[in-house]
Amino acid sequence: MKAMTIAEKILASHAGRDTVKPGELIDVSVDLVLANDITAPLAIREFGKLGVDRVFDCERIVLVPDHFTPNKDIQSAEQAKLVREFARRYGIRWYFEVGRMGIEHALLPEQGLVGPGDVVVGADSHTCTYGALGAFATGMGSTDIAVAMATGRIWMKVPESLRFELSGQLQPWVSGKDLILYIIGMIGVEGARYEAIEFIGDAVACLGMDSRLTVSNMAIEAGAKAGIFGVDDVTRTYINGRLKRTHREFTSDAGATYRASYQIDVSTIEPQVAFPHLPSNAKPISQVGEVPIDQVVIGSCTNGRWDDLVEAANVLRGRTVSPNLRCIIIPGTQDIHLRAMREGLAEVFVEAGAVFSTPTCGPCLGGHMGILAAGERCVSTTNRNFVGRMGHTTSKVYLANPAVAAATAVLGRIAGPRELGL
Amino acid sequence: MTISGKGWKYGDNVDTDAIIPARYLNTSDETELAKHCMEDIDAGFARAVKPGDIIAAGNNFGCGSSREHAPLAIKASGVACVVAASFARIFYRNALNIGLPILECPEAAADALAGHTLEVDLAAGMIRNLSTGNSYHAAPYPPFMLELIEAGGLVPYTRQQLAEHG
Repeated sequence: MKAMTIAEKILASHAGRDTVKPGELIDVSVDLVLANDITAPLAIREFGKLGVDRVFDCERIVLVPDHFTPNKDIQSAEQAKLVREFARRYGIRWYFEVGRMGIEHALLPEQGLVGPGDVVVGADSHTCTYGALGAFATGMGSTDIAVAMATGRIWMKVPESLRFELSGQLQPWVSGKDLILYIIGMIGVEGARYEAIEFIGDAVACLGMDSRLTVSNMAIEAGAKAGIFGVDDVTRTYINGRLKRTHREFTSDAGATYRASYQIDVSTIEPQVAFPHLPSNAKPISQVGEVPIDQVVIGSCTNGRWDDLVEAANVLRGRTVSPNLRCIIIPGTQDIHLRAMREGLAEVFVEAGAVFSTPTCGPCLGGHMGILAAGERCVSTTNRNFVGRMGHTTSKVYLANPAVAAATAVLGRIAGPRELGL
Repeated sequence: MTISGKGWKYGDNVDTDAIIPARYLNTSDETELAKHCMEDIDAGFARAVKPGDIIAAGNNFGCGSSREHAPLAIKASGVACVVAASFARIFYRNALNIGLPILECPEAAADALAGHTLEVDLAAGMIRNLSTGNSYHAAPYPPFMLELIEAGGLVPYTRQQLAEHG
């Protein structure tokens, strides 16, 4: 049989075929369909035009009001209400109300709703996050999601694959965020357009699940359709006792075809900072220079997980946020929020002079909870630094990992933890 | 169908936050979205754009978020077609799904400047720049996508499929 990549194998298995090859248009069954309070309203409108009276499977649809929630204004409240009513009407099993929800891509893995071998489609571009678990997960628009909710199927073009072989050991204070910013800096924001990125190599085994989720999350920022890790003991430990469905492990064949392969020695990578206005404008922290900062945001579907908060707390413990700066820390889910309170992280943040809030995507997309004024500069652990992304069109966003963001919060300018003697 | 209109020119990596900033995503109303189309990179666009106008752009048009509000805003603003050197994946799907004509053609996109008069024959995939006198052929659509386009987008296509196969 033809040698295939993990992406090709997962897609073939969901298309009821033995093999698929890049470029083919196939019809696949989906294991899970996702939408949020911004994209679900449009999907619900299109769903209404399909002339169906039920969803394909109420156990396989997830609706998460996370973007403009807790409702930031009346119109957002109306959108959230529409999603809530749809969920009730169709008996959607995985509707997460405010107070029980989290940022969707932090929430779904944590709640065991996605697992290895799944095909997941979501009306959110960062759906590719679940590639960290060995799933084929990709973002689509609301109309695609409406059709997937109705039929449980969707058309896809089989992507070519790109392989990144990661070797060596990460330096202290370097994590998944730095790896992916480095890679995007290397190949550019369309370096993997339409393609599946696969991450392999001995450095992967040392990468915890939270870091892997960060890496896969930002595959889209290189234009990729998916960013996939193979399944190993880290994955198995993570899903054990958590995953709510059966799963299937796929592995790339030795002779599989890749459009390109790259080798990276990760021990040479410093913490990265992506300068405005593209995620590909990554620089090592040693070359950043003096950049004064007005606001720091730590959180989002990229870096709002437990390990991220621990990293930030390790920098902020016993220190205070610079008087010239606001620091906003947002846990990814209710569970992470609760654990942060129980294990003293919330106290570290509040004592340092930071905001510590309920989960929301809010500031990442300039929605609420930390909008930037004209000319302001923000270091953010989020995923996009486009013009106007977090506020005024003349504001500037610098992307970094949680440790760099926390050190920046203390010093009032872009800085790494080493400048604090850590 | 042949469309002709004034050209609007943008560079590489026009992202969906530029096409429709997230601060306006608290509605799904196309007319409302169109009022803010391109606002953060071209404040005059929404007021000056006319029905039948054509956007020409560089690589990776529509990169970033999955918001279908982006092609909806462009379509509701009156733009008849987007010609780009290349499109980001999700935007490409979304545009086809909602019936916003898009053509991939690096040469035509490079040749077009703001204010040029462009003419597009969608069926033939032909782009003529009446200001420079040059003509270009866009990359053809695969047969399945042509079916989608002919059906009027993914929703009518799926309705047909459901009616035929249940």
